[in-house]
Amino acid sequence: MSMKDTLTGPVFNNNPIALQILGICSALAVTSSLKVTLVMCVSVIAVTAFSSLAVSSIRKHIPNSIRIIVQMVIIASLVIVVDQVLKAYFFTISKQLSVFVGLIITNCIVMGRAEGFAMKNGPVASFVDGVGNGLGYSIVLLFVAFIRELFGSGSLFGMQVLQTVNDGGWYVPNGLLLLPPSAFFLIGFFIWGLRAWKSEQVEEPDFKICSNTRAQEAV
Amino acid sequence: MEYYLSLFVRSVFIENMALAFFLGMCTFLAISKKVQAAIGLGIAVIVVLTITVPVNNLIYTHLLADGALAWAGYPDVDLSFLGLLSYIGVIAAIVQIMEMFLDKYVPALYSALGVFLPLITVNCAIMGASLFMVERDYNFGESVVYGAGAGTGWALAIVALAGIREKLKYSDVPDGLRGLGITFITVGLMSLGFMSFGGIDL
Repeated sequence: MSMKDTLTGPVFNNNPIALQILGICSALAVTSSLKVTLVMCVSVIAVTAFSSLAVSSIRKHIPNSIRIIVQMVIIASLVIVVDQVLKAYFFTISKQLSVFVGLIITNCIVMGRAEGFAMKNGPVASFVDGVGNGLGYSIVLLFVAFIRELFGSGSLFGMQVLQTVNDGGWYVPNGLLLLPPSAFFLIGFFIWGLRAWKSEQVEEPDFKICSNTRAQEAV
Repeated sequence: MEYYLSLFVRSVFIENMALAFFLGMCTFLAISKKVQAAIGLGIAVIVVLTITVPVNNLIYTHLLADGALAWAGYPDVDLSFLGLLSYIGVIAAIVQIMEMFLDKYVPALYSALGVFLPLITVNCAIMGASLFMVERDYNFGESVVYGAGAGTGWALAIVALAGIREKLKYSDVPDGLRGLGITFITVGLMSLGFMSFGGIDL
C-alpha cells in the first residue's frame, strides 16, 4: 500500500466513523459549534499521529502481555500535553470541551490504530496512517458541526449567516439541532449518503425473503 | 439512604451514560446485534464501573488533589494534572487483573465475556464516569453508588438497543442505510425518548 493510499484511504474508503465504528462518543458531544469542533479535530489528529509514531517506534520492545497498558500510557501522556496546551492558549474553548479532551484517551480511533496498524508497520507509515484516520474522523465531525451550527443557531464559526427571528431577521432556528439526538440522525444520513456513493460499503442483509416457488402463490 | 437511592436512580435514568452523555458509543453500536452478547457486556461494564470509580476516587482524594499529599509531608504539591494518566492506568490494570482472576477462578464467565473484557479499557463510559466523579466532587460512598448506577444505566440502554436491532433485521431497510446507518437513527430516536427523563428532579 502506497503512502498516498495510507493517507487518503481512511477519509472516504475506510472511514473510521462510518465504516469501522470507531470514535463516535466525542463526535456527538462537541459538534454543536464549528469552532470547538475544529479544535477537537486538530487535537485528535495530533494525538493519533504522534501516538502511532511512538507506538510503532517501540513496537519490537513491548512485551505482548502488557501492550495495552504501554499504548495507554503513551496516548494518555500525549493527551495531557494537548490538554495543558489548550488550557494555556485557548482557555475558553478548553472550558467548552471540558471532559471531552480527556476522553480522547479512550477515543477508539487512537487505540484502534495503535493496536491495528502501528504494531505491525514502520514509524513513518504509522504516522501517515494516524493523520489519515484523524482526517477521516474530522470530515464527519465538521460535516455534522456545519449543519448543526448553521441550522441550529444560524451562524458559522460564531458569525451570523442566517439572520434569526430574535435579531429581527427571518430565520427561525431549529432547536432540535442543538440537542444531542440530532447528531445521531445526521451521522446516520451521512453514512447513507456515503454508501449511496460508494455502494461497495453497503452491508449484506442478514436475511433475504426468498422468491415464490410456485407461480399461483404470488397471486 | 434515601439520598443514595436518588443518586442511583438519577445516574440510571436521567443522566444515562449512553443516551444522555453519549459515552461508550463505539462498543454500544458494535456489540448490540444480539441480546445475549449485550447482556454479557452490560454485566462486565457494571462490574468494572463499580470497582474503578471508587478506586479512582481514593487515588484522587489521597494522592492527586491539591494538598492531598499533606499526610506525606508535602502540603503544597498539586498533582491533579496527572489525573488522566492515573485514571486510565487504574482502569487498564483493573481490567487486566479481572481478566486473569476470571480466567483462573470463574472460567465459565471468562469464556462468556471473552472478547468484551479487553474492549472495556477503551470504553469511554468507564473513563467518563471517573472524570465526572472528579468534576462533581463525589465522596467515597457516593462514588460507589454512582459507579453502580452509571453501569446499570449503560447496560439497560445496550440491552434495549440489542432488542430493537434483533427485530430490525427482519425489516426491509434501504440499501445504504442497512446496518450501521439505521442503527444510528434508532439510537437517535431512543435518546429522544430518554430526554423525557430530563426534567425529573428527585
